[in-house]
Amino acid sequence: MYRILKQSLRTGVVTEAPPRLDDAEFEAVGIELRRTLDARYGRSLAIRAVDAGSCNGCELEIHALGNPYHDVERFGVHFVASPRHADALLVTGPVSRHMQSALRRTWRATPAPKLVIACGTCACDGGEFGVSYASCGAVANVIPVDVTIPGCPPTPIDLLRGLLAAIRG
Amino acid sequence: MSRLDWLSEYLARLIDEHVVVRSGDAQGLAPAHRLVLDSEDWGAAARVAAAFGCRWAGVWGDVEAGDSEGTQLTLRAALERDGGFVVLETEVPVTFPVLASHTNHFPAADRMERHLRDLLGVGFHDHPDARRWVRHQAWQENEFPLRHYVAASGHPPLRTRADSDYPFLRIQGNGVYEIPVGPVHAGIIEPGHFRFQAMGEEVLRLEERLGYTHKGIEKIAVGRDPAALARLAARVSGDSTVAHAWAACQAMERATHCQVPPRALFLRALMAERERVANHLGDIGAICNDVGFAFAHMQCGRLRELWQRSSHALFGHRFMMDALIPGGVARDLPADAPARLRAEHAALRREIAPVFAVVDDHPSLDDRLIGTGCLSAADARLLGCTGYVGKASGQAFDLRHDSPYAPYDRLHVDVPVQQEGDVAARVRVRMEEVRISLLLMDRLLDLLPSGPIAATLPQPAGGTTGLGLVEGWRGEILAFVRFGADGRIARYFPRDPSWFTWPALERLIHGNIVPDFPVCNKSVNGSYSGHDL
Repeated sequence: MYRILKQSLRTGVVTEAPPRLDDAEFEAVGIELRRTLDARYGRSLAIRAVDAGSCNGCELEIHALGNPYHDVERFGVHFVASPRHADALLVTGPVSRHMQSALRRTWRATPAPKLVIACGTCACDGGEFGVSYASCGAVANVIPVDVTIPGCPPTPIDLLRGLLAAIRG
Repeated sequence: MSRLDWLSEYLARLIDEHVVVRSGDAQGLAPAHRLVLDSEDWGAAARVAAAFGCRWAGVWGDVEAGDSEGTQLTLRAALERDGGFVVLETEVPVTFPVLASHTNHFPAADRMERHLRDLLGVGFHDHPDARRWVRHQAWQENEFPLRHYVAASGHPPLRTRADSDYPFLRIQGNGVYEIPVGPVHAGIIEPGHFRFQAMGEEVLRLEERLGYTHKGIEKIAVGRDPAALARLAARVSGDSTVAHAWAACQAMERATHCQVPPRALFLRALMAERERVANHLGDIGAICNDVGFAFAHMQCGRLRELWQRSSHALFGHRFMMDALIPGGVARDLPADAPARLRAEHAALRREIAPVFAVVDDHPSLDDRLIGTGCLSAADARLLGCTGYVGKASGQAFDLRHDSPYAPYDRLHVDVPVQQEGDVAARVRVRMEEVRISLLLMDRLLDLLPSGPIAATLPQPAGGTTGLGLVEGWRGEILAFVRFGADGRIARYFPRDPSWFTWPALERLIHGNIVPDFPVCNKSVNGSYSGHDL
């Protein structure tokens, strides 16, 4: 226990990080996001992430939103385990045909009003995979999309900007 | 060719079994030795190899187009022993593409043969499992997407049914119940389906159903130029973008006899080791988090984020995606990079020491990780597990050590091995690999040559083939490339190590409790995308 406390104290709080440029920008976008959520979304945005066939790159960056440097929950954004608890679906990947039904069912299980955010270049336009015997390409080919976040994969700050754009409508 | 000292004895044993080797050469698929067999000897060659102690490392097929539709299908299977590789090759007519299965001699072959049957229509007459594997409902049983008559792109996206009638094996009995999980999982992870048969808390049986992220990578690779193939390979599995791109580039460079500048090879190795460190850091934290130990998750997440930011600053991308191109690397390091990298390595070494000390020896972690998810050395060997899954179960194989490619041929690579085979052993191997990679990266910087960072890839001759073999962070990656007459890609097959660790997960979960599945799964961390293709 002593070792853990020592390490935790030594690390300190990295979230309110040193004034690096990208951090400052992340903070600024995050605060804007918080304000919008407070005003329009009852102070929280619940997101269900759905990998519809991605290469796993986008998932790693969505995970990074939760690390101590970004800690996106402080802005009122959290990831939930069920589409029934979600305000928004964050969909990654070109939609593989094998995931087409699962994605549609997840979308139907999400209560309206709902947002659909296509995350990553593949989700926006099919990316490197396009449309083939195995791939439906863009998410918009399968379910209606409200906002797209391009990038391969989109960085955490790209993701935050995309979320802000989504809730501003 | 000291690594193939065993080849002459293997050939002698084949002769004893009346297996005729039609021809063979060491050039076409170097560094592997190619052996061409009659199709009726396909099973016997595997039987002899299994008895001889070879590891089975993959099978893939190819339509060699003579005219518009080829009349022959070419099958190739890779075997490894003592760091030397042999590729068995045979042909079957398209009109009757039937062979003996290797699965009866190498259980590792099971799903890859079914994958081949679903995509290319090769029948394995004595395969123990007649069920489809990668095929769900997107194409018919009698359609084979890798054949010429299926177009590579623009297939109309009809509504595809869910694959709801896959015949899972069920356990019958009083008190036995079934838990279906997925394909959409509760966390932020890739899609796949797990079917548990459980009694009380105990898992009696786990059956995986993968293929959900199948996006036709092998098919859409056809017709690409080398640069476009490198981009596709970088997206086979996003967490292994450097390793898969390297394997594909290596295969193309070997096929075209391209001399890659030494500086480019060293930069590739630097990036591959960075990728290994980043993924191990993330996974060590995530494994601890799966047993409720958030401290390590936050600490490792912090270190990983700093590491990725530095990758972005010095290598141009947080994952170093598209940093490798055929013939070399896309961009050079800034002039001050070696000093900055050395300082970063030293800082990470300092930072991980107290965190890893806690992870290695903490009562609440020990309680949950020691003895959980044991993979026996025998199973690891039988399934051909490489990487940390193999190393934690006594399998010391590492391409960088046992079959080193440039620049690892100039370095000494330590290979950490554990015998316990449990989650704790896999964590220990990963922590040790982080420490070893940090030393390796310092050494790579010491030896970093100056000079150009890329050579022009020579125009590929039609029909030439190449084999790439790269140690990714998950283990051995194999990539096969064949060029068509137009100098474009005619066949690409990337074999991720996850093909062999997914079946290992089914075995190591046996007898564990259902709530320990997430931590067992994370400790193996197979790639869905790299497996489904």
